[in-house]
Amino acid sequence: MSKPKVAFYWCASCGGCEEAVVDLAEDILKVVDAVDINFWPVALDFKRTDVESLSAGELAVSFINGAIRSSEQSEMVHLLRDKSQMVVAFGSCAHLGGIPGLANTFDREALFKEAYANVPSVDNPDGTVPQTEIDVPEGKLTLPTLWDTVKTLDQVIKVEYYLPGCPPPVKLIKNAVDAIVGGQLPPVGAVLAPDIALCDECDRRETKPDKLSIKEFKRPHATDIDPEKCLLAQGLLCLGPVTRQGCGATCVKANMPCTGCMGPISRVHDYGTKALSAMASLTDTNDEQEIEDILAKIVDPVGTFYRYSLPASLLHRSYMPDAQEGNQK
Amino acid sequence: MSNTENSMSTFEPRIVAFFCNWCTYTAADLAGTARMSYAPNVRVVRIMCSGRLDPQFVLSAFREGADGVLIGGCHPGDCHYQEGNYKALRRFTLLKQFLRAMGIEEERVRLEWIAASEGDKVQRVINEMTEAVRALGPLHLEPMSTSTVERLIPEELKADAVAQGGTHE
Repeated sequence: MSKPKVAFYWCASCGGCEEAVVDLAEDILKVVDAVDINFWPVALDFKRTDVESLSAGELAVSFINGAIRSSEQSEMVHLLRDKSQMVVAFGSCAHLGGIPGLANTFDREALFKEAYANVPSVDNPDGTVPQTEIDVPEGKLTLPTLWDTVKTLDQVIKVEYYLPGCPPPVKLIKNAVDAIVGGQLPPVGAVLAPDIALCDECDRRETKPDKLSIKEFKRPHATDIDPEKCLLAQGLLCLGPVTRQGCGATCVKANMPCTGCMGPISRVHDYGTKALSAMASLTDTNDEQEIEDILAKIVDPVGTFYRYSLPASLLHRSYMPDAQEGNQK
Repeated sequence: MSNTENSMSTFEPRIVAFFCNWCTYTAADLAGTARMSYAPNVRVVRIMCSGRLDPQFVLSAFREGADGVLIGGCHPGDCHYQEGNYKALRRFTLLKQFLRAMGIEEERVRLEWIAASEGDKVQRVINEMTEAVRALGPLHLEPMSTSTVERLIPEELKADAVAQGGTHE
């Protein structure tokens, strides 16, 4: 029997997900033994035509990381979708939009203005911004369009499974590959990670008080953090209670609060408001003014609670009623 | 719109109100039995306590077409469950910070303490809020993505939801 064919692809991402595949270390040899890699632009010399020459459904699985925010990315994932029996959204960006998803607090015009004009190191007297086509003596050259709105992979193509995390923990990647090769997958649409909150697997669980209450939200860079004690009990905004486990609480082990890259458990529709709700509830006062003062210490609610999931949220993006109509594509 | 004035005058805000069972909902009931008239723009959802209000409800209401969300609970100290309304206040405070950062106008959400006897306050708050939201105009969120429809909408309603702008490209 021939080995199942797989593809890896990246869209709006940092490359950390590719690194996570390499982090399989010697286990990657088992993966290579079990499957036939047909496309992996980061690591191996394949071209788009190699994918185009495949027949529909010839790829057993495509692992796609990164959010979708350009016409080129959209085109490539549609192509991979046509050639694949199964698509796995790999990592936070493909799953929920990820860090690039925070661009949804701006529109394209504002992003271009910042990147090509406002940044102090930019020297661009003509105010040139990326164009999608230009006429040159040899003919017309075209470039992909950057979208106004960053999207999750499943907002663009059908996705069968999700591997959460920034990047996905090696243990979960291994489990997923084993499940795919062994044909023991959960129902379609599942997130391939335990469906329970992070606190449950946290080493500091025993030091979490029965009733958490916070008088002052502290920020990690401005605090001496006790390496043993529950971070919420120390007033640090740790999103463990609302975040899916499976990472082994690696950030907490490194004395940093959880920022929520694994996303929500299955009963939560909107990660950010759930996280916001959980944290606000811990405020230790009943006085209106004091509540406001304590919560004002949370400087960036969007970036804090939707760090990895703004495009997957109920609002998707900032509300810009004054933006040009049709601009928010 | 070419005729802004005309479109404003025909715009009827849709406001979803979450009223607690013990105080505000009873007050709305009282306003009804006392035949007080108020703007018909509010759809009331009864919840057992304002502390039950998950901020996800507010976003869901906006997502599904509300132009404003009104939350009503018992006065501080009067909560049937001791402290549920304080919990609502804490969540509402942070939710408002978040909505402001997301560009959604502050007047689209409002939290009010209305006791069971204050039918007149229900009337006043609903009228005030309807006018405030009318002045802002409709909330035009970017259409819901199909994956959101998948997650949130029951099977039998999906076709409708997609027809009303569920596609995204």
